[in-house]
Amino acid sequence: MALSNVLEIPAAGFNFENAARNAALEERFGGGKTPKPLKTGTTIAGVVFKDGVVLGADTRATSSEVVADKMCAKIHYIAPNIYCCGAGTAADTEKTTDILSSNLAIFSLNSGRNPRLVMAASILQDTLYRYHGTIGANLILGGVDCTGNHLYKVGPWGSVDTMSYMAMGEFWDLAAMGILEDRFKPDMEIEEAKELVRAAIHSGIMSDLGSGNNIDICVITRDGVDYIRPFQESQFKDNRKNKYKYRPGTTPILTQKVVPLKLEVVQETVLRMDTS
Amino acid sequence: MLEENEPEWLSEEVKTGTTILAIEFADGVVLGSDSRVSAGASVVNRVMNKLSPLHDKIYCALSGSAADAQTIAEVVNYQLDVHSMEIGEDPQVRSAANLVRNISYKYKEELSAHLIVAGWDRREGGQVFATLNGLLTRQPFAIGGSGSSYVYGFVDAEYRRGMSKEECQKFVVNTLSLAMNRDGSSGGVAYLVTIDEHNTEEKVILGNDLPTFYDQ
Repeated sequence: MALSNVLEIPAAGFNFENAARNAALEERFGGGKTPKPLKTGTTIAGVVFKDGVVLGADTRATSSEVVADKMCAKIHYIAPNIYCCGAGTAADTEKTTDILSSNLAIFSLNSGRNPRLVMAASILQDTLYRYHGTIGANLILGGVDCTGNHLYKVGPWGSVDTMSYMAMGEFWDLAAMGILEDRFKPDMEIEEAKELVRAAIHSGIMSDLGSGNNIDICVITRDGVDYIRPFQESQFKDNRKNKYKYRPGTTPILTQKVVPLKLEVVQETVLRMDTS
Repeated sequence: MLEENEPEWLSEEVKTGTTILAIEFADGVVLGSDSRVSAGASVVNRVMNKLSPLHDKIYCALSGSAADAQTIAEVVNYQLDVHSMEIGEDPQVRSAANLVRNISYKYKEELSAHLIVAGWDRREGGQVFATLNGLLTRQPFAIGGSGSSYVYGFVDAEYRRGMSKEECQKFVVNTLSLAMNRDGSSGGVAYLVTIDEHNTEEKVILGNDLPTFYDQ
């Protein structure tokens, strides 16, 4: 079955187009420390409930020890009925989900059908497996399709797991998973499910420096999607105005020097425009 | 504080740890597996079913790298579908095992997965094939995965020719239970698949229903 790709179907095997460029870039730093990729730190979670799926994520993106983005959106749109949480390298999760979203949109137009979760998971698995772990994307895919409510976890090496509740966090003991293991029940109501995911993300935020700020929640049901951003705001907010426009005259002018540029006309051509 | 160390499990390959086994009886086969998937020291999935269907009456048991094993199983599933349409009948277990073996052999440097293929076909009845590293060998029973090292003695001593279906199922469950108790990378629940001429039965045995031995 040929999937219409936005770009052409990639050739088999690895793609080493950027190897030479990367080597040249590293040389530029003269053996010093190259800039680190932006990681999402992250706590993400997903839960299947009676009428659909709830996805949750924190909103902090870190670059080493600096918080690079306080309001990062980690729940990515894939299709009207499918959303995906991403952990790992921010650029990788962003791009992979973008490409998946485009391909599924083309598929929908070609076939006239809404995409299914299992198809999205298979495409992700295929793409990530081909790159053998070099794409650092840990994804939790969730949504509702004609076959029911589904949740899939895809690892960077291309392994796929499907469960009714799952979480990914910074540390291997997975604070968020502890909350889910304790309080998950099959066929929960919507408010219960939202509260469970919120608690799971909250515990991740409390236990891990790489996760923090606000909590985003995305509820997907047969009737539609409720993307609540933010669902819970961090208590630790600052009141920066983020406005840096100054009145003219704020900075005093001490001296002024005008240097006229001497230009001479070397050539003049007139092109008549044909307006008939 | 936040050093450059990202947690290992984010970049570490997801392995299936695992205990898998398959045994043939007069009219079919029984396959069994544990359900633990680990990435480093973290359990990524505690309920994964490692018995993957290749065709209606042919299953394979996955071990090694989760991604590699899943991919091999999916590729062979597709190839078997095409093959069975071409020949117009159900494929032989040997064909399925051959397809798995071909992939394992050709990419043996790049892949790290071992699949045990078992099933029932009209010509030879129940058969079990091991495909480790690209070999193909038919055996009365086969065990694999990290947990198998702990139960070689048990299976060698307890296996008897001519066991019935129920005896085989009990044999598989006992072996899995012993291996899961000793191997850190195996655990969770036990999945069982019994294939014979008339049906394919999938069963789950939860942790507390597994047989216990002297130290429990």
